[in-house]
Amino acid sequence: MDFVNAIILLLNYIFVPALTYGSQLALGAIFVTLIYGILRFANFATGDMMSFGTMATILFTWYFQSLGVSLGVLPTALLAIPFGIIFMIFYMLLIDKFVFKYYRNQKSPPVQFAMVSIGVMFVTQAVVRIIIGPGDRRFFDGEKFIIKAREFKEMTGLNEGLALKSTQVITIFVTIVLVSLLFWFLNRTKTGKSMKAYSDNEDLALLSGIDPKKIVLVTWVIAGILATIGGALYGLDKSFKPFTYFNNMLPIFAAAIVGGIGNPFGAFLGGYVIAFSEILLTYAYKKFFMYVLPESMEPNSLVQLLSTDYKFAVSFSILVIVLIYRPSGIFKGKVL
Amino acid sequence: MRKNLNVIAAYSIMMVLILMVGIFQSWNIALSIFNLCLISAVMTMGANIQWGYAGLINFGIMGYTALGGLAAVLISVDPVQEAWRAGGFDILMSLWLIVVMVLVIRFILKRFEKSKIRTYSIAAIIISGILLIRFSAEPGIEAIEAVDPAKTGFLGGFGLPIIFSWIVGALFAGGLAFIVGKVALGLRADYLAIATLLISEIVIAIIKHEDWLTRGVKNVIGLKRPAPYEVNLQTTDWFIKLVEKFNAGKLSVIENLADRQAALNQLVIEGSSVFVKLCYSGLFLVVVIILLILTQKALYSPWGRMMRAIRDNEEAANAMGKNVVKQHLLIFILGSAIVGIAGAMLVTQDGLFTPGSYRPMRYTFLIWVMVIVGGSGNNFGAILGGFVVWFLWIEAAPISLFLINFFTAGIPETNALKAHLIESVPYFRFLLMGLGLLFIMRYRPKGILPEKIEIK
Repeated sequence: MDFVNAIILLLNYIFVPALTYGSQLALGAIFVTLIYGILRFANFATGDMMSFGTMATILFTWYFQSLGVSLGVLPTALLAIPFGIIFMIFYMLLIDKFVFKYYRNQKSPPVQFAMVSIGVMFVTQAVVRIIIGPGDRRFFDGEKFIIKAREFKEMTGLNEGLALKSTQVITIFVTIVLVSLLFWFLNRTKTGKSMKAYSDNEDLALLSGIDPKKIVLVTWVIAGILATIGGALYGLDKSFKPFTYFNNMLPIFAAAIVGGIGNPFGAFLGGYVIAFSEILLTYAYKKFFMYVLPESMEPNSLVQLLSTDYKFAVSFSILVIVLIYRPSGIFKGKVL
Repeated sequence: MRKNLNVIAAYSIMMVLILMVGIFQSWNIALSIFNLCLISAVMTMGANIQWGYAGLINFGIMGYTALGGLAAVLISVDPVQEAWRAGGFDILMSLWLIVVMVLVIRFILKRFEKSKIRTYSIAAIIISGILLIRFSAEPGIEAIEAVDPAKTGFLGGFGLPIIFSWIVGALFAGGLAFIVGKVALGLRADYLAIATLLISEIVIAIIKHEDWLTRGVKNVIGLKRPAPYEVNLQTTDWFIKLVEKFNAGKLSVIENLADRQAALNQLVIEGSSVFVKLCYSGLFLVVVIILLILTQKALYSPWGRMMRAIRDNEEAANAMGKNVVKQHLLIFILGSAIVGIAGAMLVTQDGLFTPGSYRPMRYTFLIWVMVIVGGSGNNFGAILGGFVVWFLWIEAAPISLFLINFFTAGIPETNALKAHLIESVPYFRFLLMGLGLLFIMRYRPKGILPEKIEIK
């Protein structure tokens, strides 16, 4: 019985939260990696673009709520996400037209692109803060829990409860659907294949008659979808605050690079690598050992490898180690 | 003279702008803008050495700034004897362990050929070392943090004058840059940017959460100053006389003796804070001028020519027998050390160390905007960039408030949109910075004062 309790404990505090957080990171990481692979620059405006998409979603959510439209047990935001995506894509294409296109035509070095994306970051941050303000926003409605910890305990008669928030299930479910659609698109359709070809070798792709304008357009459309959904899911699960989104850019970058930048599948797994290592290394295992070990061997301390303050530092350290020893990422992305 | 006309013109405009703030707003604001402009200029010079001279991209400015600030704390605060007695031994033991660990790793690296076993054993040593240090230092750290946590709760510093920290800050930052450079400089440009950004976040995380060293988010306040205190100045005879002399004309108009005394008191209070800020301006100006002379000399020396050669064509420079890796490391350390000086200067001026306030927007990306806007590779450009961007950063809110009021003059105050816009005035500075950066990058990619190399 103690053993089952220990497993439930780990599921509740490590597995489910890490899977949720990892899914949110994975969507962002695929966004980064697509931009890097096809448009060839590190987009420092990633976090802020995600916050822009989330902001649009929130505004539509509020609008629907004021109309009295709702999805019952599901959050209204799910209904608002498609509209948020349209706004996001529109904004991204606008920025591409007025900012990035010029440098693409000039064939500027990636560093210059990165600098320009910092300009975009500043502007996007300003736009988001001017429109919705810097404060914390919660826009979740509907049923909060699928299983409550107390109900679970009563049901199974165990000491440990397993709480399952609806946002966690929605996040994981949406991520799986979205990512499988994306991989189907990239690997099976003609446009997806031509995107891959363009990413591998631009000149060769152009020679074989691939239209670069179309590739860029499709890339931004996919990026808009990923950014908005990733951002909105994070906002639903935690809360929306522009500054947090800016900060999230860093673990997202870490996930993309750890997975091998330019490699969408690597980025997808990278998100989970980062999320699990962050949570595994900063969780206090005292209770777990109390269940597993006999009473005489019970630990006195918290058995915590690192304090939770270092959550971000863990993912960054992993990234630095990967960059040094395997710069192309765990799953072989572009070679540096 | 002729060829330097644009430099002189740009600096004159900048000075006039700051003087205008002094005349229209207040001299206090003008001087605090000026002081922070000087500090920003030092940071920008550091970044410019790396980016402009050598083409190295360093997004870790925030980390070096914070280390400089930490130096200011560790140098100037008096040691907390009780904390040293409580946990000093444990901390010294951990330090000793770290040294041993580094030596062992060095030994393994030197002694054995590169192999999988070597890599794994080094990893094992590092992990077990960290665990050992964590568990052995734990009681000491807890004891230190328990010593009067509301006031101290940390080891304190050396109790030396804070000015020394400017040098120590440079050493700290240089030391970190040595480690980072050894690790990350082989990476391609944009990866280097990401790696340095993340490393600086790690540094901030450590400074924020190692309370025994830095008091963490509890902040260290009331650092010693190199300049006199306002309160002391207000009761000093010579200072009151000085203020009286400066404002003789204004004071003589007032007939009533009591009123005149009250007016004088007010002037003394205002004057004292202006005087303190002037003291800082003097100190900072000395630093900026010394650094400017040194960097200019370096730029036009054989070493500067070599750096430019490396920047423009690494392979060719390598083929000519220049040690590219070594020079990159050197310039990375030098630039970061300058940023460290700026970090110490900043904390010296504020008189407080707040680890929570180090954010990448303010201390990394804003500095980069300064470098790009000012003109990379040109020291005068870098300083000008620091001035222009900091000035706009501060004055963006009043300017945008004015613009909003101007354009919405016909709309009543109660209009929701107008009220919302006025409420979000502080965020227009981001918009201004972003647009400024984008426009400069597009239409004047070399900055306001572009790099100009004369071969003498």
